[in-house]
Amino acid sequence: MIELKHLSKTFQMKDGAVEALRDINLTIPEGMVYGIIGMSGAGKSTLVRCINLLERPTEGEVVIDGEEMGSLSPAELRARRQKIAMIFQQFNLLMQRSCLANVCFPMELAGVKKAEAQKRARELLQTVGLPDKAAAYPAQLSGGQRQRVAIARALATDPKVLLCDEATSALDPDTTRSILSLIQDINRRTGITVVVITHQMSVVEAICDRVAILDGGRVVEEGTVQDIFARPKTAAARRLVAPAGGRTAREMASFAPDDHIIRLTFNGSSTAKPLVASLAAETGILVSVLSADTRDIAGQCFGSMMLRLPRDVSEARSAADYIRAQPGVTVEEVTGL
Amino acid sequence: MTAFDFAFAVWETFYITVLSTAFALALGLPLGVLLVAGDKDGVLPLPGWLMHGLNFVINILRSIPFLILMICVFPLSRLIIGTTVGTNATIVPLVAAAFPFVARLVETSLRELDAGVIEAAQSMGATPLQIIVKVMIPESLPSLVSSMTTALTTILGYSAMSGAIGGGGLGKIAISYGYYRYQAGIMLVAVVLLVVLVQLFQTVGTFFATRCDKRLRK
Repeated sequence: MIELKHLSKTFQMKDGAVEALRDINLTIPEGMVYGIIGMSGAGKSTLVRCINLLERPTEGEVVIDGEEMGSLSPAELRARRQKIAMIFQQFNLLMQRSCLANVCFPMELAGVKKAEAQKRARELLQTVGLPDKAAAYPAQLSGGQRQRVAIARALATDPKVLLCDEATSALDPDTTRSILSLIQDINRRTGITVVVITHQMSVVEAICDRVAILDGGRVVEEGTVQDIFARPKTAAARRLVAPAGGRTAREMASFAPDDHIIRLTFNGSSTAKPLVASLAAETGILVSVLSADTRDIAGQCFGSMMLRLPRDVSEARSAADYIRAQPGVTVEEVTGL
Repeated sequence: MTAFDFAFAVWETFYITVLSTAFALALGLPLGVLLVAGDKDGVLPLPGWLMHGLNFVINILRSIPFLILMICVFPLSRLIIGTTVGTNATIVPLVAAAFPFVARLVETSLRELDAGVIEAAQSMGATPLQIIVKVMIPESLPSLVSSMTTALTTILGYSAMSGAIGGGGLGKIAISYGYYRYQAGIMLVAVVLLVVLVQLFQTVGTFFATRCDKRLRK
């Protein structure tokens, strides 16, 4: 279990102090895939680096399995780090070593015998689906294959925790999916605790059990992935749940200031009913769909939709009222009403 | 001047250059590593005053003209070799002049390394020494080999200069026959042989730098 208590990190820059993290309190239960999501600059990379103390927090504590990391001696900290593996956006493989030697590297650091290390490294390359790449060099591999080697390397010392720092951000969507399912598979088989840092909601949706939303160095929302999707309470969360909707809203508003635009947020049950069609059938008001982004999460439907209502104010009002009366739909006015 | 004299001079120059580079590397590599690792963001941060001092001394040594430095280290040559004249005695001033240069070359090569790789090693619990020996140096090897080729050709040039004050090799021939006795032909031959040596060192160096770089394997 990872506990972050009142964690703050301030960087002293030439032009003043930058508060990267402010009073972060999180508990990450053992065996869970935990997402930490935020826009770039929200402090997620700093936060994940505080967990293995690559970055020393200015204030607060990092407690892993009851042990306060900040109080450890350098040698103790290095020993603990062997059990907290990390994978990176840029893979960070040793380019002058073969894949096998890369996977052997952490075992070499830990003093594992060479023959034993190579045996385990071959098994791990098998696990990540690259048994034939042992002798290849990272430069000969694709991005997805490199990340697989990095995952094999991360697992070499049998870690309890796997930190993923934007591990799929440099990969294409197909490769991202396959890497994510590999991570999920490893989590299920070994019970390793996984912390996933990302700016993509799709990554959280695909593999995370719980998620914390980081904005401006603070945790603004935390909960199960379904809850956050269903009821995003903060603007930051809504931006992440429906990024396209958020952008389109502002754009639409600036193109057509006279239009009445509303955003609907669905939280589970209501997408079964054809809302736009029933609005037309029951009230005779025609609206147009500007954008829609709905998805199925654990059997329930979530998402958002942007609608343009008629210019006539009374018609627009009654349309909005009709939608508001539907169960499980939240209406937000984007431009005038 | 016979062909044998030239052949022997080529051998002397080769011997002086390679040995001086080897000694300069033995001193310059640890120093270069220290300059990178001891940085305040390095893997083994050292006190600021020490790093400033180190940089200052290297800059001083690098700014003294070679001809003057050679004369300055005469007492050291006498102490180590027993004489200030001849082939072996030339190696001392050459090493003295070259090791700060090599340290800077090593520093430049090591700084090219992506910080992410070092961070990855730190995240695995590597000690600073492990990072230096298993990550920084091996990962920079192609660049280090290129740097050493540069060092080799520069030291070759210096060794020719040392002919002016009693050093051996092609430099001595060029100066004592070509310059002092106005035998332009002999000077020309000596210079051509120096050019050939530089070409040879550069070609071999580039070959090894390319060959050891695993990033280029396709």
